[in-house]
Amino acid sequence: MKLTSIAEWTGAAALAVALTLSLSAARAAGPAIADFKLDNGLELVVIPDHRAPVVTHMIWYKVGAADETPGKSGLAHFLEHLMFKGTAKHPAGQFSQVVARMGGQENAFTSNDYTGYYQRVPSEKLKEVMGFEADRMTGLVLTDAVVLPERDVILEERNQRMENNPRARLGEQIDAALFLNSPYGRPVIGWRHEMEGLTKDDAIGFYRRFYGPNNAVVVVAGDVEPQQALAFAKATYGAVKPRADIAPRERPQEPPPAAVRSLTLADPRVEQPVLQRAYLVPSFHTAKAGESEALEVLAHILGAGSNSRLYRALVVDKHVATSAGAYYDSSAYDMSKFGVYGAPGEGVGLPELEKDIDAVIAEVIDKGVTADELERSKARLVADAIYAQDNQATMARWYGQTLMTGGTVADVQSWPQRIHAVTAEQVKDAARHWLEKIRSVTGYLVKDTRPPVNKAERAPAGTPATAEKKS
Amino acid sequence: MMRLLASVAGALLLALVQAAPSSAMTIEKVVSPKGITFWLVREKAVPLVALNYAFKGGATQDPVGKGGTANLVGDTLDEGAGDLDSKAFHDRLERHAIELSFGASRDEFRGSLRVLNEHRDEAFELLRVALAEPRFEPSAVERVRAQELAGLRRETTNPNSIAGRLWWQTAFPGHPYGLETKGSLETVPTITPADLREFTKRVFARNGLTVSIVGDIDDKTAGDLIDKAFGGLPATNDLKPVADVKPQGLGRRIVAELNVPQAVVTFGGEGVARNDKDFMAAYIVNHILGGGTFSSRLYKEVREKRGLAYGVSESLAWFDHTALIIGGTATRADRTAEALSIIEAETKKMAAEGPTADELTAAKDYLKGAYALSLDTSSKIAAQLTQIQLDKLGIDYIQRRGAMIDAVTLDDAKRVAKRLYGNGMLVTVAGRPKGLASSTQ
Repeated sequence: MKLTSIAEWTGAAALAVALTLSLSAARAAGPAIADFKLDNGLELVVIPDHRAPVVTHMIWYKVGAADETPGKSGLAHFLEHLMFKGTAKHPAGQFSQVVARMGGQENAFTSNDYTGYYQRVPSEKLKEVMGFEADRMTGLVLTDAVVLPERDVILEERNQRMENNPRARLGEQIDAALFLNSPYGRPVIGWRHEMEGLTKDDAIGFYRRFYGPNNAVVVVAGDVEPQQALAFAKATYGAVKPRADIAPRERPQEPPPAAVRSLTLADPRVEQPVLQRAYLVPSFHTAKAGESEALEVLAHILGAGSNSRLYRALVVDKHVATSAGAYYDSSAYDMSKFGVYGAPGEGVGLPELEKDIDAVIAEVIDKGVTADELERSKARLVADAIYAQDNQATMARWYGQTLMTGGTVADVQSWPQRIHAVTAEQVKDAARHWLEKIRSVTGYLVKDTRPPVNKAERAPAGTPATAEKKS
Repeated sequence: MMRLLASVAGALLLALVQAAPSSAMTIEKVVSPKGITFWLVREKAVPLVALNYAFKGGATQDPVGKGGTANLVGDTLDEGAGDLDSKAFHDRLERHAIELSFGASRDEFRGSLRVLNEHRDEAFELLRVALAEPRFEPSAVERVRAQELAGLRRETTNPNSIAGRLWWQTAFPGHPYGLETKGSLETVPTITPADLREFTKRVFARNGLTVSIVGDIDDKTAGDLIDKAFGGLPATNDLKPVADVKPQGLGRRIVAELNVPQAVVTFGGEGVARNDKDFMAAYIVNHILGGGTFSSRLYKEVREKRGLAYGVSESLAWFDHTALIIGGTATRADRTAEALSIIEAETKKMAAEGPTADELTAAKDYLKGAYALSLDTSSKIAAQLTQIQLDKLGIDYIQRRGAMIDAVTLDDAKRVAKRLYGNGMLVTVAGRPKGLASSTQ
């Protein structure tokens, strides 16, 4: 069936509108997805895409930085690096060499809630990479000879991502202040002083607690039939024994916020001051029905692109900022973040900028959003779901991330419908309820004009949402 | 993608070769009713089209003393055109989920468009007015300029930018390639709306145009849409000549003092032109020494064995008027000297001995197989087709590529390794590397 123009809804009759919505959303829901569970508890999701003779094979473990023991920050990410150091069956480097010989690409990533490994290879190699991945699920062998240089590598990674980047350092401080009790306050990459003390035994202990088929999801996107992928998975992963003692994900939760917080990070390298604010808000997993979707639409109207409220008001109309925007991250197992930010123009102070940001937010809380803004934003968000289908790796990531943070395959498929269903009233309610200043931390990044002090005394910091093994 | 904009060690414009034969992909060469030649791949799986195009003439066409003009054009074209002011233009884009992007590289002005089928007429009309009737309203230009300047100010304390700029300006003194595409704090304030308009008039012309389109579309419809977007442009461009040039300063090391915990290094030397008969051999040898997998020699020696850096890599980069090898790493200050001496030793060893037979076989396997991964989305395919056209490799290149790789012998690889790595490198460092000072030779 031909898709009707999403943009012409506003002029259409009510019935036609409803019809268009459901048709577009159905197209945006994407291809037929298969979802299996093996006897040992491993979940397998297959996303067929036969355009090119390649597959993206990803294994996602339901363990991330938020599952680390206090005092061992950075351990989940360190283990991710060490997973490339070989097993009894396949010595260090062999897996990577085999993938390279296939013309494949590989990498890995760690976030607060999950750790993932992937290979992109010719379709006929799928079973072989599954075999390697199943082997290192429980077969990892570590020695200090490989662990210690790798610890230097992650410290350099921290230098590269954080210490050399003042904005990342500000983000790290904001997270630490926003999450009072949740482990989300710790950087995924780790605090330097704790990273320096991580050992082989720490890594192996963490590995044995969390890596097993019953704590993992395999996502395969690309040129493979679901039944074929299932047969390969049974023959490889199916042989791995489940771990009996994987603890449920019960992390410390946030208390109700009680204080408006702000912090200032001064760094001598800052040439462009910045204001970043994060509000503590529900993720898709912790939200009531419809709430997370309303936050997505709200973030889009407030701060995505040149016609967003913040950009128009601050950058175009008042000329007080060179950039401004907002974002919302729905994918977290526990509470998540809604962010707003702005960089002041020349001669504009951060307090002045903050007043203008507050005014934009107050207006949305007070008067809500227009029907036109609502339709435009929803059209754009739903189109993203269709664009995603053009990229098998994007699809695999989307499903994996959702399944790691408490969602289901059906949740991904219903996302366009759920976005369509958001009303102006819900958006206004979300703004009123969640963008309360008491729920937020505001961070100011300014130039440090003091004379330099001994570096060792100034411990810097910063956090990425995910820390990748290799850029 | 065959060529991508990467930011290894700052704002380097790198040209990377990748490659991978897609199984049954058919490329058609089509001529539109108005005489514009383009390459088309029909792909019905997703209801969208991806357009990719390039005009000859990028930052090398910036007026003298006004570096950053092409870049500013790229960032201002969507700020209003024809009857539409900036707000109205962005409103149309967002409402119809049209992704329109523009950008300048050193030799080309490039653009891409992605749109769902249902909105493609609107999208190509917006592209037409953006190219032919940009408004460059002073308020919009000033706003975008302020953003550029804020970015440039940030770069003054960013070690990646500092090491990268230093490398290019030392390698190409007095040549447009020595200037950053985005200009400098001195040049960007001097650019006027008239300069921007003038640039579009000189560069946006049909004779310098390369176009590729991929998606759920037939040749007739594609031709009409391409005519709509580009058919009204002038027949010929008006480009100023650019001299061929070789990188200078090989063997030199320059350290820029900056108080950061980690020193950032850019290194590079003379490469091999894309149409050189040794290109494929150079491409393979480069992959073995410093290509972007977990098995290159530099990766093993610098990262895996010694933990000196999170990343280290190098690439071939080719331009209309020069060819380079260029790479980078970032290491802790007290071990930068050690990392550099290892990179130097590995480079010399490769020049002297070349790769082993096993390494050659493994690299060939990788480079042949990995090409498919660069052709798995509509946008990637369109970008790749544009690059193949710009590089004049022929419409059957994707089919021939595997055999071209296989034809490289161990003797070829050894000879080309000497050619690539035998002349020394220019090294620039930003940070406080312990025991490492600038040197001149």
